[in-house]
Amino acid sequence: MLNVTGLCTEYIGEHGQTIRAAHEVSFEVPPGKLFTLLGPSGCGKTTTLRSIAGLERPRSGEISVSGEVIYSSKKNVFVPPNRRGLGMVFQSYAIWPHMTVFDNAAFPLQVSRKKLRRKEVEQRVQRVLKVVSLDDMAEREATKLSGGQQQRLALARALVMEPPLLLLDEPLSNLDAKLRERMRFELKRLQRDLGITTVYVTHDQSEALALSHSIAVMNAGRIEQIGSPREIYERPRNQFVADFIGTTNFIRGSVSEAAGGVYRIRSEVGELTVRGADPLEAGARVVVSVRPEDISLSETRPQGENVLQGTVHTKVFLGESVDFEVKVASRTLLSRAHPSLGTRVGHPIHLSLDPEKCVALKEE
Amino acid sequence: MPATTIARAPAALPRLAFDPKWLIIGACVLVTVYLGIVPLGFLLWQSFFTPQSAAKAAEFTLGNYAQAYGSPETWVLFWNSIKFAVGTSALAFVIGTALAWMNERTNTPFKALFFALSIIPLVIPGILFTVSWILLGSPKIGLINLALQKVFATDAVFVNVYSLWGMIWVDALHYSPMAFLLMTAAFRAMDPALEESAVMSGASVPQVVRRVTLPLVWPAIFATLLILFVRAIESFEVPALLGLPVGIQVFTSAIYQAVHRYPSQIGLASAYAVTLLLITSLGVYFQSRLSSRGNKYATVTGKGFRPRSIDLGGWRYVAVAVFLLYFLFIVVLPFAVLLWSSFQRFYSVPSMEAIQRMTLDPYRTILSYPSLWRSVWNSLLLAFGCATLIMLITSVICWIVVKTKLPGRWLLDNIASLPMVFPGIVLGLAIMILYLYVPIGVYGTIWILLIAYVTRFLPYGLRYNTTSMLQIHKELEESAAMSGASWATTFRRIILPLLKPGLVAGWIYIMIVSIRELSSSILLYSPGTEVLSILIWELWENGQYVELSALGVMFIIALFVLVMLAQWVGSKFGIKET
Repeated sequence: MLNVTGLCTEYIGEHGQTIRAAHEVSFEVPPGKLFTLLGPSGCGKTTTLRSIAGLERPRSGEISVSGEVIYSSKKNVFVPPNRRGLGMVFQSYAIWPHMTVFDNAAFPLQVSRKKLRRKEVEQRVQRVLKVVSLDDMAEREATKLSGGQQQRLALARALVMEPPLLLLDEPLSNLDAKLRERMRFELKRLQRDLGITTVYVTHDQSEALALSHSIAVMNAGRIEQIGSPREIYERPRNQFVADFIGTTNFIRGSVSEAAGGVYRIRSEVGELTVRGADPLEAGARVVVSVRPEDISLSETRPQGENVLQGTVHTKVFLGESVDFEVKVASRTLLSRAHPSLGTRVGHPIHLSLDPEKCVALKEE
Repeated sequence: MPATTIARAPAALPRLAFDPKWLIIGACVLVTVYLGIVPLGFLLWQSFFTPQSAAKAAEFTLGNYAQAYGSPETWVLFWNSIKFAVGTSALAFVIGTALAWMNERTNTPFKALFFALSIIPLVIPGILFTVSWILLGSPKIGLINLALQKVFATDAVFVNVYSLWGMIWVDALHYSPMAFLLMTAAFRAMDPALEESAVMSGASVPQVVRRVTLPLVWPAIFATLLILFVRAIESFEVPALLGLPVGIQVFTSAIYQAVHRYPSQIGLASAYAVTLLLITSLGVYFQSRLSSRGNKYATVTGKGFRPRSIDLGGWRYVAVAVFLLYFLFIVVLPFAVLLWSSFQRFYSVPSMEAIQRMTLDPYRTILSYPSLWRSVWNSLLLAFGCATLIMLITSVICWIVVKTKLPGRWLLDNIASLPMVFPGIVLGLAIMILYLYVPIGVYGTIWILLIAYVTRFLPYGLRYNTTSMLQIHKELEESAAMSGASWATTFRRIILPLLKPGLVAGWIYIMIVSIRELSSSILLYSPGTEVLSILIWELWENGQYVELSALGVMFIIALFVLVMLAQWVGSKFGIKET
């Protein structure tokens, strides 16, 4: 559906220097899927999206939608954004303040080069407004809408021309938390119902995990890892991805024994058995990443591998769980436990690290 | 709506495909460059040549500059001009900003009414305003002096408009509505949440103004000060009517005298004008650097906002008093004195005796004046034509300068701003000689006046549009492109409507200044193409003060109706702002 190959985009910064915003970015989005570009600000995710939209002119690479090349440096093709027929929702929503809700949503149909009859425009706008539940506000001035409504209107405007591809640039970042969570479900439902291929840009990892079929984690203009939310979360390829997605503990060590993807690590908290992301050799310096929820705590010593002993340092009650900071040797490890565990601060506790969930990463 | 039934955009076009938008952009750029550069070229050319006469062709010379800068009088002139322009622009800015702030950001009572009233002074032409202040503040016949002398039973002179301070006072009052309008636009364009967040951070009102409001409206402040300074340094009526009789010369009045000497010293006038050009070029350069940092000041996004007002408490009655006093000085007194004199057969100060001599004769005389109706028609036609042309051309120019990354766009900005450095009288002269040399049939027609007006007021259209254009977030435009709109459609349906507050304000302003325009027209009109301001000038030269007053009163009332109409149209079709 969407193919991006070797995309490089640069722009001239405020002081005339060249800033390389996207470098050798390649990915593919199958039809009907929601693909997320995730990364910290300045990682090149928005530049990549804007290059797909045609709002930014890349330096090299190729972009095609449904097999049709919309940009190629080799073939010297650059389709201007208004001929690409893609839908886009902007971070600021970019709702035109001088138009009503209806006019905002009808604009893409009115300017389309395929002339539509007024009646048909009305029907299609009403239909799309109904999809985003704004059908009873069509005549309202766009500036009189709340944040969530403006966001839905921006979505309606992007969908009204039934684009092959929908581009979303941090569409939820301007909403308050409750609304953001609701809109997240809404967006997911809409995307799945309409089956529209979508590229989503966000810096919020929980949003990315919740919405996506597939995620590309970006850093400094490059893609660090592409995978399903579960792969990204459970099997990060490197320290950056492990650190950026969710919360994790990093434990330093070196490989003492390597056998078929399973490694023995001599670490700062003791001997560990772990899985590796990349093939590792004995003696290699590594960092073991293990998520707080994959460290189980018990007052009695459990059976199995990777059992450590420590003392409770701090406890934070979060309602559905309790976060324990446990001192093990020179380190403090974070573990998420069921609230029924009542071990007091200062008391000894056993930690059990699931070997399947411990990932050894090359030290950077 | 399944995603599979999608109509795809046609296949990729080759990169070299011609986009019709370049036609519009190219035409606007060409017109701007022609208008901005050619008169400047003639001005420079003239400054290096001796006067041409029937007997002798023009020769290259540096004598004009030697004459202009060799004499100590020039330095007096220079110093006078700077004092006059700095004083005028500072005073006008302070008055205009204070009023705009009170009007936009405080809970001063009746402020809707005051906004409407603040527009009125704009409609009083400079020559009428100056004449009325002569009637008010002259040491001998000035009504203010006579009244105060009566109250205190002395014969001391309290105010004297025939002085540098008098000139500053009259000119600053005259330009303060402009500062008010420009600063109002700036205050309206700013998201009050930015100020509110400062208040919430614990800042007091003065702290908010100093730390948040001022830095945010800085581009607008700079633009406003720049415009006021340039307007003051090239203003003609006040220095000519108030300064020359007591020998206070500034550049414009010196240029006027150089031109009106026999034989006229056009070269010397041009040499003076080049100095003005240098001074104002510096200002334009800084302004252009400021606006190239566009995004930093994009304070309006697609999200709507509602203005909020600061509670002045008891001070709001002081604010009302300030408004009233201002209104008295700028409208009531000048208009009243014109009204009074328009009912007299010969000008005389108010007295019981004079009241009994009141008559409608001046109105009868002026209404049957041979060239009156032709002048009215010419003025209206020119004002409408030039305001519309300017606002459309500059909206495109300003889009190029602010929104694109085209190389050389700063140059375009400067070229479009160049006419700002022309004193009206020199621009008139340059255009006059240009079309005498290039006989394309515009000389002696109304077209030469249109060319002069468009050239002269182009920079103001540009400033109004720039202020608004800076406030339009680029995503509003990009989302139109993503919706499939072509450049022309985006411009017509998104940019122009969003510019509307600036467009309407600029259009009204240019309409009014065109109707009042005097200093360029005076060299370019010919029988049949007189305009209203020329008629007033003729009446002043002839000493027909009461007829002048009668025409002035009717002129002001007509302009007032026009402005009200424009306001109504603006509020009906513009963006609702509250």
